[in-house]
Amino acid sequence: MSSRENILSRIKQNQPELLPLPDLLVLGTEQYDLVQKFTEILEGIGGKVLQVSDYEEIKKYIIANYPVNARVISTLTEFSENKDWQTADPHSLKDADFLIIKGQFAVAENGAIWLTESEMGQRVAPFITQYLAIVIDKSTILPTMHQAYGQIGMADYGFGVFLAGPSKTADIEQSLVLGAHGARGLVVFLV
Amino acid sequence: MLKSSSSLTAHNSQLGTHSERAEIFNKDFDRTTWHDETLYFVRQKRDKAAFQINDWELLRETASQIKNNVLSNMHDYLVQFEENAIKNNIKVHWAADAKEHNAIVYGIISEYYKGDIPADTFKGMVKSKSMLTEECHMNEFLAEKGIEVIDTDLGERIVQLAEEPPSHIVMPCIHWKKEEIGELFHKHLGTEKGNKDPQYLTEAARQHLRDKFLTRPIALTGVNFAVAETGEFVVCTNEGNADMGAHLADVHIASMGFEKIIPQKKHLGVFLRLLARSATGQPITTYSSHFKKPREGQQMHIVIVDNGRSTQLGREDFRNSLKCIRCAACFNTCPVYRRSGGHSYHNAVAGPIGSILAPNLDMRANADLPFASTLCGSCTNVCPVKIDIHLQLYKWRQVLVQEGYTPASKTLAMKGMSTVLSNPSIFKFSGKVGRMLMDKLPFLVNNSMNPWYKQREMPEPPEESFREWYKKNRK
Repeated sequence: MSSRENILSRIKQNQPELLPLPDLLVLGTEQYDLVQKFTEILEGIGGKVLQVSDYEEIKKYIIANYPVNARVISTLTEFSENKDWQTADPHSLKDADFLIIKGQFAVAENGAIWLTESEMGQRVAPFITQYLAIVIDKSTILPTMHQAYGQIGMADYGFGVFLAGPSKTADIEQSLVLGAHGARGLVVFLV
Repeated sequence: MLKSSSSLTAHNSQLGTHSERAEIFNKDFDRTTWHDETLYFVRQKRDKAAFQINDWELLRETASQIKNNVLSNMHDYLVQFEENAIKNNIKVHWAADAKEHNAIVYGIISEYYKGDIPADTFKGMVKSKSMLTEECHMNEFLAEKGIEVIDTDLGERIVQLAEEPPSHIVMPCIHWKKEEIGELFHKHLGTEKGNKDPQYLTEAARQHLRDKFLTRPIALTGVNFAVAETGEFVVCTNEGNADMGAHLADVHIASMGFEKIIPQKKHLGVFLRLLARSATGQPITTYSSHFKKPREGQQMHIVIVDNGRSTQLGREDFRNSLKCIRCAACFNTCPVYRRSGGHSYHNAVAGPIGSILAPNLDMRANADLPFASTLCGSCTNVCPVKIDIHLQLYKWRQVLVQEGYTPASKTLAMKGMSTVLSNPSIFKFSGKVGRMLMDKLPFLVNNSMNPWYKQREMPEPPEESFREWYKKNRK
């Protein structure tokens, strides 16, 4: 018998009698001021949240805050026409300084943003870039993870991520340091 | 601090039982106190995060019920997961034990190189946190085959450079001080001598590991949750190391104990709300990555491992330990863990949960672990999936004594105790002798032969027993 059959037959023999699944509909009843809660939580975990009225304002912010010679990549035509990086070898993104993309939706209770690879351009992009900016439509903020999975539903994707803040570690004596392996900073533009 | 020459030896119980190792750890009083306080600080952060959720207790109960359902329907969920993962172009492997897991991983590497593994250093693998590969001693196995495994979680890289196993499943180098890490990085990564600034040291590790991510063709990750309904799996990190590894590599291998399965995607909502809050007090980890299909041109493998889990599933009293989501809240709250350190547990998973998992793997080698507890129950109270940890510790003690795995001295002492406590006149007499000795000949108890004297003063003996007092005063 193969290991597969062996393991499965032992499991079948040893597992207890069937117990029912609980109801999840009673969860996620928290009421928040969604924009305020999302902002408060994301800033608490090292992200920056800016409310803007249009893409022009975002452009102005980027020009004012990031060096002119930075390698900026984006999936949004407002910021870059170049789409070649999306099909290039992922290793070629190692010198990306700034990535700007649009998130599908955000979650107020934990500051997380849902992205799938179609928003990322490349799977590695939001991780390998030095700094990350995500545009979120204010009306898409949901209260908790229960509504978030309701929103995702059975949508198909190859890779998806809930991203909450910049990369971080506290492995050295519990001192929080931003920029472990992924993006050193995250700025979210709420439109 | 217990340092050893390799992670194999540090996990070897031949080096000492939990109490013997804890005694070494306790020799440095200030460090023990610092370790204790650091972990309790994390426990307090957990409380703060939990209290912000109205339905925290309902959430725990729901998670517990989902996991109960998983245990009761494990077979079908695993078959469903496999079927869906295959549809997603993921290759699924099954490993009965640690040895088979390691052989499968080696086989995948070997196949990638078409049997001709090059002798340069770039053939290696980058690995993000996986306690399962610690359990299987995979790094050592692959090293013997000439394949270098680079741990990429900062804490894990630190203990790897120091040739130690992790001492905590979430914070692997919680027992290290920044001065020591500065020294270690100076030696291995060439940082400035004497620089202990966490920001500086983390930056050095970022540069060092970025080079590994960009040059290693194979990445291995653990699995936090595997969804039967969709065949996808979720990996949670704060650093982004799992993603940096997996999205750059040609081959992504994910190793999972079979108990990581959950029924449906919507159940992730429950577990992701609980996991980081219980672990570190964060609202969620920075990255909760959902891997469903390999990217174009990439291979994705899942190794589903048993290694004693199906036996544990059959033990009615202990099967609940398989509900664990590895948040380590029970470590951070445990008074024994906090003051004995992770290496005292000589098992890949330390702390209270490790102490109920380890005897299932090897009863003889781990017979000491269920005794490394005060049975205070704090572990059970913080567990996000409501495992009755302290009751299982108590039950393991019964099993271990019955199976004859406890030391003869303990059995003898217990028998002596039983004689004294069940016989009023002997009890009365020995109490009197005890009080007299403590008063007249205190050195008989205030010495290192008496385990109760360690790290504490013995109390002043009372002048009379309660029985004597009661006899005098009942009129």
